[in-house]
Amino acid sequence: MGVEPKVLRNKVVAAPKSRRTSNRVLQYMDWPTVLLYFLLVALGWMNIYAAVYSPDNVVNILSFDINSGKQLVWISAAVVLIVMLLVVDYKVYEHLAYPIYGSIILLLLVTLVVAKPIAGSRSWLDLGGGIRLQPAELAKFATALAASKFLSSVNLRQQRFKDQMILAGITLLPPVIIILQNETGSALVFAAFVLAYFREGMSPLLLIVGGTAAAIFILTLLVPKLYLIIAITLLMGLATWLDYRLLKRFKTMILLWVAVVGMVFSVDFFVNNILQPHQQNRIKALINPEADPLGYGWNVTQSKIAIGSGGFWGKGFLEGTQTKFDFVPEQSTDFIFCTIGEEHGWIGSTVLIGLFMLLLIRIVSIAERQKSVFARTYGYCVVSIIFFHFLVNVGMTIGLAPVVGIPLPFFSYGGSSLWSFTILLFILIAIDANRSQDLAR
Amino acid sequence: MKYLENRKYVIQGIFLVVGVLFALRLFYIQVVDSSYKQAAETNAIKPVIQYPFRGLIYDRNGKLLVQNTPVYDLMVIPKEVKDLDTLRLMELVNLPLEDVRERLKKARAFSYVQPSAFYQKLSTEDFARIQDNLIDFPGFYINARTARGYPHQSLAHALGYIAEISPKQLEDPTYKGYRPGDYIGKSGIELEYEKYLMGKRGVKYKMVNVRGVEKGSFKDGAYDTLSVAGENLVSTIDLDLQQYGEYLMNGAKGSVVAIEPSTGEVLAYVSSPFYDPNLFTGKEYGKNYMALLNEPNKTLFNRPIMASSNPPGSIFKLAQALIALQEGIITPNTGYPCNQSLVKCSHAHQAPTDLSIAIKTSCNPYFYQVFRAVLNQGKSKNTFKDTAIGLADWREQITSFGFGTKLGIDLPNEKQGIIASPDMYNKVYGENRWKFSTIYSLSIGQGELGVTPLQMANFMATIANRGYYITPHIIRSIGEKGKPLPEYQKRHYTTVESRHFTPVVEGMAAVVESGTGRNANLDKIGIKVCGKTGTAENPQGKDHAVFVAFAPKDDPKIAIAVYVENAGFGAQSAAPIAGLMIEKYLTDSVSRKPMEQWVLSRKYLEIK
Ligand SMILES: [Zn+2]
Repeated sequence: MGVEPKVLRNKVVAAPKSRRTSNRVLQYMDWPTVLLYFLLVALGWMNIYAAVYSPDNVVNILSFDINSGKQLVWISAAVVLIVMLLVVDYKVYEHLAYPIYGSIILLLLVTLVVAKPIAGSRSWLDLGGGIRLQPAELAKFATALAASKFLSSVNLRQQRFKDQMILAGITLLPPVIIILQNETGSALVFAAFVLAYFREGMSPLLLIVGGTAAAIFILTLLVPKLYLIIAITLLMGLATWLDYRLLKRFKTMILLWVAVVGMVFSVDFFVNNILQPHQQNRIKALINPEADPLGYGWNVTQSKIAIGSGGFWGKGFLEGTQTKFDFVPEQSTDFIFCTIGEEHGWIGSTVLIGLFMLLLIRIVSIAERQKSVFARTYGYCVVSIIFFHFLVNVGMTIGLAPVVGIPLPFFSYGGSSLWSFTILLFILIAIDANRSQDLAR
Repeated sequence: MKYLENRKYVIQGIFLVVGVLFALRLFYIQVVDSSYKQAAETNAIKPVIQYPFRGLIYDRNGKLLVQNTPVYDLMVIPKEVKDLDTLRLMELVNLPLEDVRERLKKARAFSYVQPSAFYQKLSTEDFARIQDNLIDFPGFYINARTARGYPHQSLAHALGYIAEISPKQLEDPTYKGYRPGDYIGKSGIELEYEKYLMGKRGVKYKMVNVRGVEKGSFKDGAYDTLSVAGENLVSTIDLDLQQYGEYLMNGAKGSVVAIEPSTGEVLAYVSSPFYDPNLFTGKEYGKNYMALLNEPNKTLFNRPIMASSNPPGSIFKLAQALIALQEGIITPNTGYPCNQSLVKCSHAHQAPTDLSIAIKTSCNPYFYQVFRAVLNQGKSKNTFKDTAIGLADWREQITSFGFGTKLGIDLPNEKQGIIASPDMYNKVYGENRWKFSTIYSLSIGQGELGVTPLQMANFMATIANRGYYITPHIIRSIGEKGKPLPEYQKRHYTTVESRHFTPVVEGMAAVVESGTGRNANLDKIGIKVCGKTGTAENPQGKDHAVFVAFAPKDDPKIAIAVYVENAGFGAQSAAPIAGLMIEKYLTDSVSRKPMEQWVLSRKYLEIK
């Protein structure tokens, strides 16, 4: 008998609380980020339509026969997803970080075993009824949650070797499985976490060495070796001239010089002997796409022609010609940036880059205003992943990065990628909207 | 920790540097460097697929069975159509006005600037007439390509046909690399040997302007790849024999399969009623196909390998005798009384005092008693169990002749037939609830038995070889000088030793010499034929006639099975056909014209 009033009281208390929660979420939600998100999604949708648009056979933008119609369904589903992410108690993301991570790892392994190969990759899980899921996409936010949780644990000591190894394990386990699924592109994305770890106290050395190595690698392919070595030597000489203290470290400088020059010469060996043929082709396409414009250089050549023909002002919405007739492959997924470049010119491309810059910088400031280490780290993971996608995707369409099949966040056609970025971003928005709660605690 | 917070400037700095770098690079590509704009105007490249010639198929003597014939499609580019005289076009292509309008609408819906087929597979007369008048129809032109052609109109069931790949096949990973609109083997040899026949596609790179209209080849074809023609195939079929077989079977329903025993090569493969394979190549393909599909005589049914539900009848007695000899149940001299037991003989005949006479007279009670002795060898005291053990042993031996299994001929959709098994009866009657008296009709080739005509012919080849067969096949080599595939060079031995075949062969010789197979007798021209008649019971109507044979007796060159539906006793219809076929193959002529006339008259179909 004593139970009943208790239940009643719970009910009475629960209802206004949840209303208060949703009000608070709406009130404290970071509206600039949300608006940027919807702006990018809407622009992406219009460009997907432009990519499949044909003046000879006009199909309504809403038709499910074409990609834009399907994308609209996925956008609507993403909105439902957003509501769910915001309604759920924001604390679960932190509490359940490890279980979520564990189940995604399990899902990745299951996919590896049961998936039928599609275009050589075993990464799609068939859910029946024509619905397919790519668990590799989900691994991004799951890993971000787990890594943030680990970095925020009370007895963590960043300098301890064991803790560093655990963090490396959390970060590297998903990409290793994803590489086994033959989805190298999605696996590369996990390199982005280095940026977040750098903010949380990791030695800058890894970032500098990694960044420099990548820069030298690409430069070696683009610039004759002799010029590059002369440039490096001059640069190091200049540094020494500017700062006499470096002379005292003369031996270190010589060693550094030897290491860099050694790397310049080993790039060829790496490309020709270690990479697989299709990876070699992507690298070679970067160096000189004109050498074989119909073979491996096709994507890069056609993509650059499409963007280049856009000029300063662009040809106008739906007026593009190069992104029609299948000249550019995958023009609504990985090469969607070509459509902007062609139809909206330098102005449009630059505005889009600007929008991404605004979003990235905004997320950094969201991350910085978090009170908990978990929330801040998660914010940095989000921004790093989005940045990496932006860097590689736009880089490849303008011939500055090898052709790696990863989508442009919020923009490219495809449900899996849209939902994955939506989950990634809106978990942050949800946590951020409740940051005053953390303060009160 | 303050110094860590400053790292946000480093990170935001990296973002901005990348953003500015991209904007600068884009400025270079889009504004400074004008070569991309020129490239977009002129250097758009479009790959055009070059279709290879499909491989040809020859018969064993080098006669052409399947060739490629040119076909002509009337194409239209809607954008280039000017001042169209619809009425004249209507007369020219011989189509109603609505149809012409509909086709033009379809072409426009496909593309305004790219060509599409207005009318496919013009007949030769249409082609000539339209070609002469095309000058008045800008935007229309004729596109030549090749289709399959069959100069002889024979062997349709085995050759199969090609048609446009189906949407379902396109999704199948087996057909990776095919595109919508491609032609692909749909049945018969065309399907079975698709990967050899199809050849390899080439690609030509064409320059197209921004509207997709061709402007010539790219870099003078430096990047083009040539198409490689498909491999030619040499068939084992003897076209003359095949056509003679079709001539004899025309108007009847059934199968004739002839095999060269020493190699397993199929010499003739008649499925009657048959049709002209050219029916499936023209523009009327769909209509013709549907008409044949719905036809009551089941013309499309590939009888030699698919008619598997009918029992073999008396020819099965040969197998019973062989197994009994191998088991040591009988010797060539064993006699049994024609005692009119559970099975009877419909005619009075010479007493079966040895095996040879029993075969010659096809004595039912004799083989009833032989089969009982084979099944009930007393391996168990329980007569039910004893029968089950006996049947299982018997089944193992009978399947070694290729019965009850797919032989593995190089044609799709082969059926395996039925051979009775203990499991089968256990399901119907229950375990230990059936014995010899339940299943005795197997002894004379009736009951739970189903044998395809191909299996019958293979059975004859096995007896001709005295104990082994080579899997029957219809393609002898891939490429004109190739060898048969390895699976068609291997001997499959039966469980019966070679020496036991001699008395059975003697019995078969007696059948043709003085028994029920006299209509296949070729003694006059010096050819010793061994054969056996049979009648397959048909619960739906008149029984089916069977005759199997091989010849010559001592150096067999041909083994044959003739199966005529609803023709009653095998001696009247099937035996003459087999005799005529053997003579035709061995001597390249036919001396017994009255017999030929009798067969062609189809009078045997009327005999009760
Ligand atoms: Zn009898």
